[in-house]
Order: sequence, then structure tokens, then C-alpha cells
Amino acid sequence: MGIRLDKSWETLNPETIASLPAQLGVYQVADDDCNVLSVGYAGARHPFGIRSALDDELQFHGNQATKFRYEFTSNYRSRWDELLMLHLCDHGQLPEHQRGEEHRIGRLSPD
Amino acid sequence: MDFSLTDEQQLIVETTRRFVQSEIVPLEDHLDPDAGALEPQDYDRLVEKTQTMGFYGLDIPEEYGGPGLDTTTRALMAIEMSQHRAGLYNPCYGVFGGAGLAQLYEATDTQKEQWLYPTLRGEKKGCFALTEPSGGSDPARAIQTRGFKDGAEWVLTGSKLYISGADKADYALIFARTSDDPGRNGVTAFIVDTDTPGFHVRRVVHTLRATHYATELQFDEMRVPEENILGEVNGGFAIANDRLSRQRIPYAAGCIGPAIQAQEMAIDWAKSRETFGSPLAEKQAIQWMIVDNEIDIRHARYCVLEAAQKADSGERFRTEAAMAKLVATEASSRVVDRCIQIHGGVGVTKDLPLERWYRELRIRRVGEGPSEVQRLIMARDILGGSFK
Ligand SMILES: Cc1cc2nc3c(=O)[nH]c(=O)nc-3n(C[C@H](O)[C@H](O)[C@H](O)COP(=O)(O)OP(=O)(O)OC[C@H]3O[C@@H](n4cnc5c(N)ncnc54)[C@H](O)[C@@H]3O)c2cc1C
Repeated sequence: MGIRLDKSWETLNPETIASLPAQLGVYQVADDDCNVLSVGYAGARHPFGIRSALDDELQFHGNQATKFRYEFTSNYRSRWDELLMLHLCDHGQLPEHQRGEEHRIGRLSPD
Repeated sequence: MDFSLTDEQQLIVETTRRFVQSEIVPLEDHLDPDAGALEPQDYDRLVEKTQTMGFYGLDIPEEYGGPGLDTTTRALMAIEMSQHRAGLYNPCYGVFGGAGLAQLYEATDTQKEQWLYPTLRGEKKGCFALTEPSGGSDPARAIQTRGFKDGAEWVLTGSKLYISGADKADYALIFARTSDDPGRNGVTAFIVDTDTPGFHVRRVVHTLRATHYATELQFDEMRVPEENILGEVNGGFAIANDRLSRQRIPYAAGCIGPAIQAQEMAIDWAKSRETFGSPLAEKQAIQWMIVDNEIDIRHARYCVLEAAQKADSGERFRTEAAMAKLVATEASSRVVDRCIQIHGGVGVTKDLPLERWYRELRIRRVGEGPSEVQRLIMARDILGGSFK
């Protein structure tokens, strides 16, 4: 079983977000060149799950964020940490606005 | 047995209860329901408070600077410290400090300098790597990780499964088979720095417990100096086993806190929620659930305190510790299950802590020796004639 979130990217806009079910899960948001801008989760505090979380991302990144991919899971906390660790392993650092998480998360050597 | 508390124990219990209710529970209102940590500034502030209270590093023996609590007082505190949403696996979010891996107190002075003292100062973290894909209930036979001597070093190859905290650990206590003996006499304990070449944390193992996840480890011809052996070569299993018996008492006590909180919530709810023209509390079916909860909670508490008192008086307590672990984990699971039923729909939502306790308590019946293994331990003692 692959542990990376390697589904195909979808277009990030208000319409695609509104079409998603309001479930809990994890996601990545990226720019046109598929550079990951955020690794996030939709948790129980998001009123409409992944929809609310992606709305927040769109607000935060503005036009720069054009793609996303996601996975529904009620284990969003441990899966989020896993995705952050994988990102750190693959890129050497987390997306800029998430660098503060680097001290908190662990280290994986998946390959 | 006399289970009445001394004045000092009563004061400690009340102080801990106040701390949990006034410092921890309000912070949880703002955290994700599955959160495993406080905001760093809250954590630092509360650590300062527990230090001032003289309770920091609860499990550290007195000769190493800890408060030197006896097992009974420690168990009473564990019951209080777990009475909040994250309390089962992260009582008070760790603001009472940790003691590190208990086995390290058996280490040599040099090993203590390298791993124990930095852990006590909060500079290093360790993880305990016993279970393997081949099984955890009977690790003495199941361990397949191999260690071969090569000059002044040992070379370890193999894998471990369900290891908590390995991704954040600075070192791991790893149990490996180092002789042809297929059982307990062929296992050695190694302290291994996690930056040793060949040490890999391959993945997170997602379970019912959303934080404090487990991991899968792989060791590829990892070279470990001879001086990293903890205890004797082929004597590692006794070290592992000793830890498991000692930890059963606070482990069991920590299950009772969520059950007590769930019961209080269910009583409040049953008194205020009406169906068919009267409060739930007036329905016999609900009353009996509340009574069964009370029986389960008291039964668990008595078993834990009996085991703790035996441990404190220097008597053999293996059977009592196994019974406490079995009863507390199973009884608390039943209590939380009934409380969810009494709450109806809201009981299974993430708006309340019940669903988290329900999931996490399920793990407690497997971790640190499943219920069947606790029965096996008791059966050996009872049938062996030591139960008099
Ligand atoms: C979230 C989590 C965290 C963990 N953290 C750690 C850790 O940090 N370090 C570590 O070393 N391990 C850890 N473990 C492993 C845990 O200790 C083992 O899962 C446990 O000991 C059971 O081993 P097993 O899963 O291999 O089950 P098995 O040994 O395969 O047993 C399967 C089942 O068989 C039954 N059984 C076993 N023996 C008997 C018997 N004699 N008679 C009747 N029935 C029997 C029991 O119901 C048992 O649950 C963790 C596990 C979990 C789930």
C-alpha cells in the first residue's frame, strides 16, 4: 500500500469545493506547476469538513493555489502528520507557512 | 484491605482534580477533538505550575530527583489525570513530565549519562521496540530481529511493528534474538540512537488512536557498539518483562478516569433529557446502566488499589497487576459504551469526548498484553499454587 497522497490533481475553485461531500480528511493544495503550497487536514472543527478547509486555503493562498488532491479519513490527525513527514523527507522542508510544524513532527524514511 | 486514603493522598487527589478541571479541560474546548498536544505556550506555562507544585517527573524515582510517590498514590493520581478528553493516552498532555523508559534505570553509569539523564532533563526521547510483525503477545518466541556479533559491534537486522513514538525518538530500546535459543533466553536489549545508519521508520500505522500513532521500523544491518547492550547478552527478555508488569498498575488506573467522567456526564444527561414525558433517569433501563457503570468503576478501582498496595508493601503483585489491567480496561470500555448509549446521537459525535474514549479504550484491551495474556498470567499463578 502506497503511503503518499499520489492521486491526480483536481482544479481548486469554489465550484469544485462546493461539489465535495462535507467529510473529514487530508489534502494537498498546489500551484499551476504542482508545487505543494499546503498539506492540510479537515477536522471536526471545520463546520463543513473538507469544504470549509479548502475554502480557507483558497482565501489564504489566493490565485496562487489552483490544484488540490485529497483523501477522506477519520484518522485525519495521524494521516496529516504522516503527509507532513513525507513532504519533509521528499523536499527537505515543509511549505513555507508550515515551517513551524517541523519541530513538532517526527521523521520518516519510507523508501 | 483498607482503601481509605491518607490525608496526604486526599490532598494530592484533590489538587490534581482541581488542576485537571481548571487548567486542562478549558484548553480542550479550543483544540481539535483528536488533538494530542497543547499549544507550546500553554504547555510551558503548565509545566512551570507542576514544577512549582513539586509534581513534575511523577515517575522518576526519588534518588533521581523525582517526587518519590508510592504506587498507590501514583495510581490515584493516574485516575485523576486521565479525566479529560485526551486523558487516556496523554494524561494532562504530559505537563507532569515523563520518567523515560523504566529499563534505563538498570543501565550502566555511562549509559545513564548518555540516555537516561538527558531524557529526565527533557532533552531526549526514547521508544520501546519489542513487538514484531510475527507477534507481540508472546515476544520471547516471536522475536525474529537478529543480532550478530562482529568485532566490537553487533549487527542488527529485522523489523518492528506498532512502535509508538519512534518517529520522534532520539533512541530506541530494541530487543533482538542473539542466540539459537528460540525463547526468552536468546533475546538481548540494545539501546540504539535513531540516527544510526540502517535505522528506518518506514510508515505510520494508523489505528483507532488518532494521535500517538504507532510506526513500523526496519533495521538494515544496523551496527551497534557492544557498550549499547542494556543488561546481559541474552538477558534482555527479563528487562522487557519487568517493565510490562510494573507498568500495568498505572496503565490500568489511567483507564478509570475516562470511565468516571463518562459516568458523570451520563448522570447529568439522564437527569435533564426527557423522552416519553419523563427524564431518562426515571427509566429503569437507564438506571440499571448507571448502576452497572458504578459497579464496573468500583470493581476496577478496587483491583487497581489492591495491586498498588501489594506492590507498595513489597509483596508479589503479578497476579493482582494482571487482574487490574484486565478488569480496568474491560470495565471502563463497558462504562463508556453504556454512556454513549444513554446519550444517544450526541454520544457518537465529536462534540463530546465519549467517542474518543470509546475508540482509545478499545486499544487498551490489546496493548501492554491483551486480556487473554493477562488471564494466562493469572492462570499460571493460580494453578501454580501461589494464589493463597
Ligand atoms: C496503538 C498501539 C501501540 C503500540 N505500541 C507499542 C510499543 O510502543 N512498543 C511495542 O513493543 N509494542 C507496541 N504495541 C504492540 C502491542 O503490545 C501488541 O499489539 C500486543 O502485545 C499484541 O500483539 P499482537 O498484536 O502481535 O497480537 P498477537 O500476539 O498476534 O495476538 C493476537 C490475539 O490473540 C490472542 N491471544 C494471544 N495469546 C493468547 C493466548 N495465550 N490465549 C488466548 N488468546 C491469545 C489475543 O486476543 C491477541 O490480541 C502497540 C500496539 C498498538 C495497537
